[in-house]
Amino acid sequence: MVIDVRNVSKSYGDFKVLSDCNLSVNSGEVVVVCGPSGSGKSTLIKCLNGLEAVHDGFISIAGFNLTDQHADLPSVRRTVGMVFQNFELFPHLSVLRNITIAQEKVMRRTREEATDKALALLERVGLTTQKDKYPSQLSGGQQQRIAIARALAMDPQVMLFDEPTSALDPEMIGEVLDVMVELARAGMTMVCVTHEMGFAKSVADRIVFMDKGEIVDDVAKNDFFGGNASSRAQTFLRKVISH
Amino acid sequence: MWSWEGFFSYLSNEYIFQGAVTTIWLTIAAILLGLLLGLIIALLRMSNVRAFSTFAAVYIWLFRGTPLLVQLIVLYTGLPQMGIRLTVIQAALIGLTLNEAAYLSEIIRAGISAVPVGQQNAARALGFRNYQVMLYVVLPQAFRIIIPPLGNSINSLLKMTSVTSVISMEELLRRTQILIQEKFMVLELFAVAAIYYLALTTLWDFAQRRIEARVSRGHKTNVSLAEQG
Repeated sequence: MVIDVRNVSKSYGDFKVLSDCNLSVNSGEVVVVCGPSGSGKSTLIKCLNGLEAVHDGFISIAGFNLTDQHADLPSVRRTVGMVFQNFELFPHLSVLRNITIAQEKVMRRTREEATDKALALLERVGLTTQKDKYPSQLSGGQQQRIAIARALAMDPQVMLFDEPTSALDPEMIGEVLDVMVELARAGMTMVCVTHEMGFAKSVADRIVFMDKGEIVDDVAKNDFFGGNASSRAQTFLRKVISH
Repeated sequence: MWSWEGFFSYLSNEYIFQGAVTTIWLTIAAILLGLLLGLIIALLRMSNVRAFSTFAAVYIWLFRGTPLLVQLIVLYTGLPQMGIRLTVIQAALIGLTLNEAAYLSEIIRAGISAVPVGQQNAARALGFRNYQVMLYVVLPQAFRIIIPPLGNSINSLLKMTSVTSVISMEELLRRTQILIQEKFMVLELFAVAAIYYLALTTLWDFAQRRIEARVSRGHKTNVSLAEQG
């Protein structure tokens, strides 16, 4: 098991952001997390690499116990890749440097090793020609593909995607999803917060539906789309798909 | 009567020129040391440890709330009473640095706060440790943001070094005053000093514009989207 979340809760004052969440993800699995806005899905995924702290419960990821007070979070995070809604490329660094800097400073790879790895990944996401540009010179879709390459450069055991296409213009969503589909087919363990139900149908193993901080459904893809989801999930699905 | 001859001879006077050189190195040293101390104060100010942030707040309050003139006099003529004897140069440099650090720390803090939180999250998610997040991601971006106010600080520091003349630091203004006492050409000599200060601040203006152009690399949005088609 790569990710094990048990009885996790988190609240801001009286407001429960996460309420007794349980989730386990096996190696090679692709899990899509969906739900209405404010349902806690982004918070949950940020708890998985310790960007958000949990108040109660247990989380282990890639062999680390995250909820141990003495957990060395940087060590955990270097084995867990994360892609953000707003890309968060480093604007002061070139595309190539965005992909090499953590390899050098965190993984202690040499400049040559890091550059070779970065170029291979740029080829994989189809952006080799952009390597010397700065992020602001690229389209949103290109930036997000670079962000995926940057995370992959650390050879992660798991990839977390936090609404990776929500900030994109519609015509750029496809190019990012293509990279994610390719990654899923290559056997990467992935947790994706997304509303892209087409992506979920084609590569997800399981769908997790969240509402009001609770995990309401955690079912196989075919069950979820085949009418065996909870009534709350079905209501949500109708809204997402009818538009 | 105004003497053009006197004015031009002092404009190229070696003694005055050396005073201007002192002004320049004093400014450079004070800004570099002030930036270093200011960064430390800014980080303390932003610390979650209450004692650190309180210490920084008190420091800033104290050094921004009292005149540089008073700080210099305390350092140079007050401290010997407690057995600490500083040379003129030490007192001038320490005084300017301590004072400058208080202002710069607030500029640096504003710069750090202006870097979006998402950038820190992205850096953390890659496994960067806290100091690496600062060093490689936050500070380079904060530096670009603080260049305009930092340029202002350097401009005023160039002129503020003249205050050290009161503790007999032989910079531009002090040397001008010494010559005035000998030659009585008050207006000519002050005009020469004013021209030196103007030349220095103008030169700095040019330098600042070049630095701004250099660090804004990568921040010009939408430059080549059209080119890519």
